[in-house]
Amino acid sequence: MTTHDLTAGAQPEALPLRAAGRRWGEDGIKLVLALCALVSVATTIGIIVALVLPSIEFFREISIVDFFSGDRWAPLFEPASFGVQPLLVGTLVVTFWACVVCLPCGLGAAIYLSEYARPRVRSILKPALETLAGIPTVVFGFFALTFFTPLLQDLGVGVNVFNVLSAGLVVGVMLIPVVASVSEDAMAAVPQDLRDGAYALGSTRLQVSTRIVVPAAISGIIASYVLAISRAVGETMIVLIAAGGIAQIAFDPREQQQTMTAFIGATGIGDVPTGSIEYKTIFAVGLTLFVITFVMNMISIRLVRRFREIYE
Amino acid sequence: MSVPADTLARSSQGDRIRGTAFYALLLVSITIGFLLLGVLLVDVVRKGIGYVDPTLLGEPNSSDPNEAGAGPAIRGTIYMMLLLLVMVVPLGVGTALYLEEYANRDRWYNRLLEINIQNLAAVPSIVYGILGLAFIVRGIGLGRVLLAGAVILTLLVLPTVIVASREAIRAVPDSIRQGAYALGATQWQVVWRQVLPAAIPGIATGSILALARAIGETAPLLLVGALTFVSVNPTLLGSFTALPVQIYQWIGRPQEDFRLLAAAGIIVLLAILLTMNAFAIWLRNRYQRRW
Amino acid sequence: MPDMESAAAAPVRIAGVDERVLAEREERVSSHRRDVLFDVENLRVSYAGVPALKDVSLEIYKNFITAFIGPSGCGKSTFIRCFNRMNDLIPTAAVEGTIRYHGADLYGPEVDPVEVRKRIGMVFQKPNPFPKSIYDNVAFGPRVLGWKKNLDERVERALRQAALWDEVKKRLKASAYSLSGGQQQRLCIARCLAVEPDVLLMDEPASALDPISTTAIEDLMHELKRDYTIVIVTHNMQQAARVADMTAFFSVDVDEEHDRRTGILVEYDTTPTIFTQPSDKRCEDYVTGRFG
Repeated sequence: MTTHDLTAGAQPEALPLRAAGRRWGEDGIKLVLALCALVSVATTIGIIVALVLPSIEFFREISIVDFFSGDRWAPLFEPASFGVQPLLVGTLVVTFWACVVCLPCGLGAAIYLSEYARPRVRSILKPALETLAGIPTVVFGFFALTFFTPLLQDLGVGVNVFNVLSAGLVVGVMLIPVVASVSEDAMAAVPQDLRDGAYALGSTRLQVSTRIVVPAAISGIIASYVLAISRAVGETMIVLIAAGGIAQIAFDPREQQQTMTAFIGATGIGDVPTGSIEYKTIFAVGLTLFVITFVMNMISIRLVRRFREIYE
Repeated sequence: MSVPADTLARSSQGDRIRGTAFYALLLVSITIGFLLLGVLLVDVVRKGIGYVDPTLLGEPNSSDPNEAGAGPAIRGTIYMMLLLLVMVVPLGVGTALYLEEYANRDRWYNRLLEINIQNLAAVPSIVYGILGLAFIVRGIGLGRVLLAGAVILTLLVLPTVIVASREAIRAVPDSIRQGAYALGATQWQVVWRQVLPAAIPGIATGSILALARAIGETAPLLLVGALTFVSVNPTLLGSFTALPVQIYQWIGRPQEDFRLLAAAGIIVLLAILLTMNAFAIWLRNRYQRRW
Repeated sequence: MPDMESAAAAPVRIAGVDERVLAEREERVSSHRRDVLFDVENLRVSYAGVPALKDVSLEIYKNFITAFIGPSGCGKSTFIRCFNRMNDLIPTAAVEGTIRYHGADLYGPEVDPVEVRKRIGMVFQKPNPFPKSIYDNVAFGPRVLGWKKNLDERVERALRQAALWDEVKKRLKASAYSLSGGQQQRLCIARCLAVEPDVLLMDEPASALDPISTTAIEDLMHELKRDYTIVIVTHNMQQAARVADMTAFFSVDVDEEHDRRTGILVEYDTTPTIFTQPSDKRCEDYVTGRFG
């Protein structure tokens, strides 16, 4: 009934087996795609080289001990001083105040979304939270400087025009979605059976949330905390705009302080001569920053993998 | 054995108070963010709306706030967005295809690749700026040009595009691939003719969201030299500026009027971002396949 | 050795199978020439070292419909996937032994699986049309093979052979997902036919379909066997009796010591024989419904 139309390239019945030379095109494509993937590897290598090489030169001139133990950071002054502690303290204080806001509020938001909110409310709030996360940091910086700081001053909290409190709190609010979304994922992964078991014993929602769900999701929650801290440490624009440019060790949040990131930003904008010691400070501080955030990121990634493994 | 009604009532009252207090705390947690967002938006609009006019959109920067505009900055942002699109999408999709369709998961180097991408996603943006400064601006001596900014932003958002593309590719059911293989298609034919077309809506949405994030980045651009007093229109290898950088520069000026101008710039920036996000969401809703 | 006396004394009966149907099968099998298309020798398939199927040897004849039946887990699907090298797509799968196709070793070093699949097509249990139009689904195979000319004719021919043309000829550009389950499966068959294969492998093609669609597919198989060789996996014995000329019964060999279940071929013969005079007790138990 069907004719095999030989002129159209149909395959002959008596098979003289197939093909083939290796399909070179296929190998070529795999190569091209692998090269794309290598770009990310090259980026990492680039970052490490870009940070480490100048830092090595820097640390030939300035001893590492002096770098980490000195408490005066004045690279552009005469006489210059390269103790990085003020920058570290600045970063620490900002991060602290950010955590004061984002750790409890992020967890609270996550618990609300996971255990309390109705599906419809949830479907509106989750994307809305993502929107908050999408606001550029320069906008938050503007807000911190021009609205929040005056507000604090009006409220009687005698803050400086540039102060770490304002910057830190705003960084915190910016990070609420970060904590909330990772924590909420962790809580969503907790099997419903655990909750049902507790409810069936007459527990209240409060008890189930705090005694069953949160402990079960704890590694994911800690992962979100670590991630948020890492982001707070690495945040640049908000602190550059609102926290100040004077590197000093001060624990009073109403004062201004310069963080590691703000220093890099401020110095990088300027025309510091290539190869000068001031230029190399960018990389030394950058390396310090990178190592801190890298360690925290690795911890966070491990924790996330762990909670995924437990429940999936 | 019957339980007297009042014992039930009594024990639950403490619970009820605690429960309500807890609920209130949770509500506070979730509203703080939105409250701040709302206040921020209102404040920005109030401050800046007066300055949103053609001057803002077209004119270059100037020392007189009444004549200053963000024309070159806006153009710089748009050019960078286009460059970004051309660079990051092929690289990101290519990497995603490699990881999902070609790479053998058991090999250590492929696992390392995945960890590497996860890590890059969490590196502070300013470190990318340092990367750009060292290699592109000073290293190969390209200088502080638009291309440098675009390359750095590409590297910055590449992990995001990779993750989004991988999810879209993974969502394509395996039965489609099997059906195509069974017809005698080669691996690339299966990928190019079946998997990719089916994954495009997800890839497009993810890419647009990644671009939107890139548009708002300021720190890396500061280091790579988005000069803030640029009066000429940006070219590929010429000095350039971008909207967030221009906003930053205005914020730094002492005159009050420049603060208002900054707010106006923010309005424009947020408008662009809102459009992009809305477009991405529309794309997702319209074209997303429910397998 | 079959126990001829007891077999002759008590022919086995399966419910729902008409005597006439079996008689038809008998008639075709005895009158049709047996050309060996596939020669399977000592085939063994393992996943990550664990054997799933072992010691399978049989011959598939040209223009016959051959059915693989047996309880679940006995490796029928694994076996049928060996014929078009679909097991290659599973990284942990290892195939030992030989399958000869037209005399040549399917798993020989020179052999390209892509070429194999162009000649040996497969229809899956759950219809898997591509997210494209009806036309593009059928045209996919020819396009991929580089047959750009006469695409319209090829599509029409394939759809006619699959008994789907009349139902879709007015809406070729409609999405394949707008078809019913039975129609989608016929579309998948048309898709296979469009590349003009030698062989059609069908892995439980009607198990996800309603009875009417199932009948349509079975009728289709009778039509197609004139030009194609068909191998089908089915868990529906009545279906095997209705369509298959030859039937292979598989079962599970349980290794208590290592806690392993491996599929084996128990009996392979003409369909009427398997269903009325099976030699092996396991086969008899299965077809009479005593187990499995």
